[in-house]
Amino acid sequence: MTAAVFFGCAFIAFGPALALYIFTIVTEPLRIIFLIIGAFFWLVSLLFSSLIWFTTATLIGNKDEPREKYLLIFGVLISVLIQEMFRFAYYKLLKKASEGLKTINPYEKAPSMRLLAYVSGLGFGIMSGVFSFVNTLSDSLGPGTVGIHGDPPQFFLYSGDWIRQHLRGFPTLTLHTDWRREFHHSSPSALGLVSITLFPWQSVQLVNVLQEHFHKSEMIFHSVILFIFRLLSGHFLFDLVGIK
Amino acid sequence: MLTFMASDSEEEVCDERTSLMSAESPTPRSCQDGRQGLEDGESAAQWRSQESEEDHEEEDPDRYVCSGVPGRPPGLEEELTLKYGAKHVIMLFVPVTLCMIVVVATIKSVRFYTEKNGQLIYTPFSEDTPSVGQRLLNSVLNTLIMISVIVTMTIFLVVLYKYRCYKFIHGWLIMSSLMLLFLFTYIYLGEVLKTYNVAMDYPTLFLTVWNFGAVGMVCIHWKGPLVLQQAYLIMISALMALVFIKYLPEWSAWVILGAISVYDLVAVLCPKGPLRMLVETAQERNEPIFPALIYSSAMVWTVGMAKLDPSSQGALQLPYDPEMEEDSYDSFGEPSYPDVFEPPLPGYPGEELEEEEERGVKLGLGDFIFYSVLVGKAAATGSGDWNTTLACFVAILIGLCLTLLLLAVFKKALPALPISITFGLIFYFSTDNLVRPFMDTLASHQLYI
Repeated sequence: MTAAVFFGCAFIAFGPALALYIFTIVTEPLRIIFLIIGAFFWLVSLLFSSLIWFTTATLIGNKDEPREKYLLIFGVLISVLIQEMFRFAYYKLLKKASEGLKTINPYEKAPSMRLLAYVSGLGFGIMSGVFSFVNTLSDSLGPGTVGIHGDPPQFFLYSGDWIRQHLRGFPTLTLHTDWRREFHHSSPSALGLVSITLFPWQSVQLVNVLQEHFHKSEMIFHSVILFIFRLLSGHFLFDLVGIK
Repeated sequence: MLTFMASDSEEEVCDERTSLMSAESPTPRSCQDGRQGLEDGESAAQWRSQESEEDHEEEDPDRYVCSGVPGRPPGLEEELTLKYGAKHVIMLFVPVTLCMIVVVATIKSVRFYTEKNGQLIYTPFSEDTPSVGQRLLNSVLNTLIMISVIVTMTIFLVVLYKYRCYKFIHGWLIMSSLMLLFLFTYIYLGEVLKTYNVAMDYPTLFLTVWNFGAVGMVCIHWKGPLVLQQAYLIMISALMALVFIKYLPEWSAWVILGAISVYDLVAVLCPKGPLRMLVETAQERNEPIFPALIYSSAMVWTVGMAKLDPSSQGALQLPYDPEMEEDSYDSFGEPSYPDVFEPPLPGYPGEELEEEEERGVKLGLGDFIFYSVLVGKAAATGSGDWNTTLACFVAILIGLCLTLLLLAVFKKALPALPISITFGLIFYFSTDNLVRPFMDTLASHQLYI
């Protein structure tokens, strides 16, 4: 494939996230640090979930196809759970850190929790997207033809688009979640919201996996979810921009 | 007028507030002779004899942290430290990232640096053994030899420094940076040109390498624009890291990385550690450590004072120079001067203005080198996997962040290798063995988490 495919898919996948990064994060060093710490937390959560998947896979043995798929689905669900745990842990850490910063530096304005929620969500999302997509991207630079065995030829395009939606979902998600936590002081509601949103997202993907057939409808479904999300959180995003 | 990276040690006062000089483990740069021999395909015997000529090690003084400014109220110091903490972290993130990018880009594109073409004299045991146990033993022995060479060189350097043999040390540093800037650059350029199939005639090559090397020598050892000096230091760290990646056998490299971080911890924190003694001696004599071994992201700007204070601030009596260049890594859109900056106001006789001089953080070059070796090895041997490289990269940055945080808390010389390398190693092995199969399976089913 050509450089055009590479750059095209790279920008489809990472364009919005890159724009968010350039316009909001690059200007302040503290935000960059929180972004990288967010990425690190996601990485650790991935480590734990893949450890669990790996041990289960070696214990059970995944010689046959359907078993591998079920194992994978199990792995994905566990991964989502662990990611949420780590997001919660990061939230706790941020709370402690911002209190600490406030006591030490009374006259310097500490970044608000919303801003930190946005930055950390972006960090999570960027790392997740990059990790999922970068190998596919680097393959797209090399020689080959997509879909030669009857697979859909738009593999790269769809992958890129999924990553894009994924990335946009993450900061919105974290923002929403943390806002709810802050104002309602009740994690069950936040967790409930998150699970409600995430599970349909993931289950659609899982249906695709089980059926081994790629539906365009999934993308539409994902776009719908994302759109609803943005409607709900757009108010807070604009608030943030105003704060900045 | 440009900011000078003055290497005249008499003038500079080593009183960085948040300078984080991570002790670097000395990197034997003197292996160039041996490598030159390897390049020409000479036999082992030949390069062993060449090797004995020069054996320098410099990097030891790379890591240390100077802290504390004499004559400053402690509360103000702490506040300002924390205030600029984030900026300093970013000032180190950027060069470390750049160095790693250069190394990873070269590893992925120029195949020369991933080909096995002999080994250094410091790692004589080969890893081409049939059994795993034998291979492990060989790599441990290689590590022992390498570390003992490094320790010897460090102690030698500290002894020289203690007995004020400055000329010797400077000559040594100049010789090794000469080799790095000319010889290694020539080899690197040759390989890059070969990879991209670009023809270059010898006169052009000579001109390019000569200019590059000469300007580099001037910038590093004498005076030059700060940005240029930083760029050259990054480049020579990358070149050194590439040499290590090429000539260290696989398992030995990982064991050496682990051992070096332990050594670093010991050398900087133990009371009798060589690096700690070096730092303390330098602080007693009020001299900076050799400029060729430290990366400094100094933002030197001084405010003019209403009242001269000759005792405490040493050479920083410079009047305010509006053209003084700030650190270019500061250009993330932040204002050029921090909030506490006040212009000199001679109309206020009773008021003594605080002189604000802000030194940036300093990181030893050995740290750059070993971070890049870790990431480069991950890129070279991680079965072509970008995930492993990225994971190591993030792990190293987080380690650096934590080290800087500890620096802000403890305010003394700290080793920069242990935390980052530990994280990097953990993430390399776990990503390569656990995460990679998971992500590959997910990607092939187009399932994203």
